[in-house]
Amino acid sequence: MKDFLTRRRLLTGGAITLGGLALTGCDALFASPGFRSFLGNGEALTMAAQRALMVGQPLAREFSERDISPIFKANGTKNPNTPVYNALAAGSFNTWRLQIDGLVDRPLSLSLADLRAIPARTQITRHDCVEGWSAIGKWQGAQLGPLLQAVGLKPNARFAVMHCADNYGGGADMYYESIDLVDGFHPQTILAYSLNGQPLDVAHGAPLRLRVERQLGYKHAKYLMRIEMVERLDAFGRGRGGYWEDRGYEWYAGI
Amino acid sequence: MTAPPTSEIVYRHTRIVRIAHWINALCFLLLLLSGLQIFNAHPMLYWGQAGANFDRPWLSISGGFPDLLTLPNHRDLGAGRNWHFFFAWMLVINGLLYIAFSLTNRHFARDILPDRQELKPAHLWEQIVHHAQFKRITGPAAKRYNTLQKLAYVVVIFVLFPLIILTGLTMSPGFNAIAPVFLDLFGGRQSARSLHFIAANLLVAFLLIHLVEVVVAGAWNEIRSMITGKFTVPPAAPEQTP
Ligand code: HEM
Repeated sequence: MKDFLTRRRLLTGGAITLGGLALTGCDALFASPGFRSFLGNGEALTMAAQRALMVGQPLAREFSERDISPIFKANGTKNPNTPVYNALAAGSFNTWRLQIDGLVDRPLSLSLADLRAIPARTQITRHDCVEGWSAIGKWQGAQLGPLLQAVGLKPNARFAVMHCADNYGGGADMYYESIDLVDGFHPQTILAYSLNGQPLDVAHGAPLRLRVERQLGYKHAKYLMRIEMVERLDAFGRGRGGYWEDRGYEWYAGI
Repeated sequence: MTAPPTSEIVYRHTRIVRIAHWINALCFLLLLLSGLQIFNAHPMLYWGQAGANFDRPWLSISGGFPDLLTLPNHRDLGAGRNWHFFFAWMLVINGLLYIAFSLTNRHFARDILPDRQELKPAHLWEQIVHHAQFKRITGPAAKRYNTLQKLAYVVVIFVLFPLIILTGLTMSPGFNAIAPVFLDLFGGRQSARSLHFIAANLLVAFLLIHLVEVVVAGAWNEIRSMITGKFTVPPAAPEQTP
């Protein structure tokens, strides 16, 4: 019995020491860029697997009016509160324009009225925050796909970079995001100007935000100002394709 | 300790089982710690399709788990997710290989699945009483997994791991579009998140019992058997009482 107790003590003591060492070791490992990019293989695998299984570009589930969340949580920037944005908001976004340019044949500049004149898509979908919560809301907006067709993509255009009016947390970096053409042309990828039947409010991204329903919330850029078609993402921010991507989050946020 | 000189040594675990076991243990520990990091980003759990701060959680741990139990051991959701998804892939690949081998070499049929005889209530009761006394199993009986051990492995291999993997996938908006049926099976994304957390807790419970059993059965002998494959059969001792 004595033997058993000492052994157990030895084992648990050993396990705790080892565990502690291992954990600090894990953090040290993670600090090395090589190891971090090695772990990034998980993201590449996830994206390859999901894209391979998305035969026929299936839709995200759409819900019924009954399922709409009583309060749709607003997250990230809740008001850009920059002089430029405040001036636009003061004028009810009448002077606001969305630029679609970059690697395109016919750049566009669209007002809110222009966007509303395009046949709209309405979808009740679940918004999943990377933090773990979800909310269901009814979005209405113009599909991105037909707009990309209208501007005429150059053959080397591979990504749509969303430039936003907010600098999260008041820092120097403006919010931005990017998606590839698979999501760009997905029928549920819309530029939304309405939430739950109301014009989009400031907290949820007025006047216009992206909905890219098969990915997490931070991909759904709010306060859109410009969509730039590009071949590579490394020229923007810290080069990882988005504000949160630059801070260690996955570019492919399908999980 | 009076070790008789005639102790029998058997080859207990195939190389596949030993390698798969330790890869699995490593993946499980890293997934657990990085999972707590992810949980802490929103330490509330809900039932249903959706759920956020204004909805009613069934579990809310204010402040979340202590940083010491998370990977990394400070708040970093992005890094936690990197760890979690990388080792989720490793766990799945390792698990599929283990299952493929165990089906082909009949490891499941031979060693893991209890037979009719073992499932008789009288036998089960005998085993429960034996376990409750923390008695080491000796002699020929020690060469095979005992019935409760088998049942625990069956639950872990065929219920808890499939459940934790599928509920994990059901939290993925991409996977939801691919296979929406799992949203119906688990009752929604937030239900899947709750079930994922519950399955993780049950696996931790299994692990704690598993480790106690390893110690009861003889820690060094057991662990060595899972590293080298060689296991010294504890000789049957007629008198167990002091
Ligand atoms: C990290 C500490 C661990 C130790 C020291 C350990 C030790 C062992 C040992 C010694 C055996 C052989 C038992 C015997 O021969 O009777 C075993 C088998 C097994 N362990 Fe663990 N284990 C650990 C972690 C885990 C974890 C985390 C899991 C799963 C959640 C797990 C699941 C299993 C299973 C399923 C078997 C049966 C394998 C087979 O025969 O196919 N173990 N473990």
